[in-house]
Amino acid sequence: MKAARISGDRVYRAALGGAAALVFLVMALIVYETSRGSALSLRTFGLGFLLGTDWDPVAERFGALPYIWGTVVSSGLALLLAVPLGIGTAVYLAEIADRRVGAIVSFVIELLAAIPSIVYGIWGFFVLAPWLRNAVEPWLIANFGFLPLFRGNPFGIGMLNAGIVLAIMILPTIVSISREVLLATPRSLREAALALGATPAESIGVALGAARPGILGSVILALGRALGETMAVTMVIGNTNRISLSLLAPGATMSSIIANEFTEATSPLYLSALIEIALVLFVITILVNGIARLLVYWATGGRRSAVAA
Amino acid sequence: MKTTKNTSRMRAIPIALGLALLSALAPLAVANTGTTSLTGAGATFPYPLYSKWFDVYHEKTGIEINYQSIGSGGGIQQIKAGTVDFGASDAPLSDARLKEMPRRIIHFPTVGGAVVLAYNLPSVRQPLRLTPDLIAGIYMGKITSWNDKRIAASNPGVALPAAPILPVHRSDGSGTTNIFTTYLSAVDASWKEMVGANTSVSWPVGIGGKGNEGVSGLIRQTQGAIGYVELAYAKQNKLPAAHVRNKSGKFIEPTLASTTAAAEGAAPMLAKDVRFPIANSPAPAAYPICGLTFLLVYQDQKDPGKAHALAGFIEWAIHDGQSVAPSLDYAPLPDAVVKVNEGSLRRLTTGGKPLLANR
Repeated sequence: MKAARISGDRVYRAALGGAAALVFLVMALIVYETSRGSALSLRTFGLGFLLGTDWDPVAERFGALPYIWGTVVSSGLALLLAVPLGIGTAVYLAEIADRRVGAIVSFVIELLAAIPSIVYGIWGFFVLAPWLRNAVEPWLIANFGFLPLFRGNPFGIGMLNAGIVLAIMILPTIVSISREVLLATPRSLREAALALGATPAESIGVALGAARPGILGSVILALGRALGETMAVTMVIGNTNRISLSLLAPGATMSSIIANEFTEATSPLYLSALIEIALVLFVITILVNGIARLLVYWATGGRRSAVAA
Repeated sequence: MKTTKNTSRMRAIPIALGLALLSALAPLAVANTGTTSLTGAGATFPYPLYSKWFDVYHEKTGIEINYQSIGSGGGIQQIKAGTVDFGASDAPLSDARLKEMPRRIIHFPTVGGAVVLAYNLPSVRQPLRLTPDLIAGIYMGKITSWNDKRIAASNPGVALPAAPILPVHRSDGSGTTNIFTTYLSAVDASWKEMVGANTSVSWPVGIGGKGNEGVSGLIRQTQGAIGYVELAYAKQNKLPAAHVRNKSGKFIEPTLASTTAAAEGAAPMLAKDVRFPIANSPAPAAYPICGLTFLLVYQDQKDPGKAHALAGFIEWAIHDGQSVAPSLDYAPLPDAVVKVNEGSLRRLTTGGKPLLANR
């Protein structure tokens, strides 16, 4: 009977280990396949691919910089908008709102995550774009037009629109994880803070401090979604391969160029360059995640908190 | 634990037997349907028409044709790999691409399509008139305002607003872009030099919308926008379409008839090489921005049964099938181009022997 239990444990361990190993296998396959597919482009352009600003399928000159720029700027803008809003909402739901209200509101926010990205795209295109074009962007140009950030024509679609749509899409991730993490921090922390004479706001600050690694984790997950989001961004970013400092200008991201051009890419070098974009996106995602992990490590002073996500 | 393992092994035996039986039957199934089913893949532009054709043809003959509208690029790759019986592409294969193919490919144009310039100018009542120079100038960023003297010159008596022009293009690779840029390359030397023609190009100015609906959405939302969409899409959505000056100097409204006229005008060239672009056709009634869409078929067919089915379908499509085209807003082939196709059909062989002689 004892032997049977041990072999049962072994099977259990092997099954779980196998499941974990499968993740690595899939990753390895992705790297292998994208490297193989992009070999021709890697050989032709070398490192110049990363810095090239040309994307000319006719002359077969390909450079990824406008798309790398677009991905980084649109995701960065999304974080800039969604992080304060998301954490603020999470604090309200976990600390201030009545428990029942909190549960209902967070249920609604989690529903946002279930909306297909094409629906966000359609909303961004038909609702957000006209509003930006007719109201927000002319105002920005009139009042902040002296900044290179808000120069140009109010098209409605472009980097700003993509950033806002992405921010809404990643909001549920930040809110729901941050709320859970805050709820998991020990009640005694706040009570101790209050007992020491802290104001309610200061006691929330103490709880936030304890929940920091988990909140950062939620931001990393959200960033991952923003970097890879394709359909909604393609519909609202304007799809031009020009690098502009202005948030009002149209742009393109790495995933949007793949979605746009993959089906009709007819020449081998063209196809290979598109696959190399996928490889670059993969590498950038790994880099960003790695940096974010380091950030969490650094923010927590190297210790693993009990509430880390 | 041990007993569970044993039972699962015992259960596995009938499953394995079943699988073996299935795999033994599979070749039979393929052999049975092999003569009456064809697969194809490629262009999305003609897909509504093709699926109608396949439906009608299936009812008529019992031959089933499965088609995946995955885009011209995918269609070319699949026919190259030999995973489909025919490919479909909006752009004909270049000489270099033809050489990469394992065997000789024959192009069959099936229908024509026109690309129209739609615009959002609420104050302009009559159709806008555009010349090749104006279109190239707008899309190269040389003409940036609607009240430019050059636009006024071809639109006498029209009150053009002092609004900036927003040129809109397709962001996704498409046959529509290929037709439009092929046309611009044909009429404007500097466009050919700087931008060229392809399913996607490096646009000097403007913004990109995804699909016909993305482009038309941007046009509808933005006053002063101009963009190119398929004729069928513009007609179904009642977008205002510019009249364009053709090679013989006439301003022509984009219609199915003026598209067919363009193919007619290019027929002598098509007889020499069916891949010849029909854009900027010399015919007086021709709308200049249009193109044909093609089926890609190996000249020598390996499977005689499929070969006959395929040849039979193409023969039907270029004759009887053409009458379906206008109802779906595709331009039917003119007789002269049907004749070119008939010649190509006669060149099809199976195992080195002419196909049609066996019928």
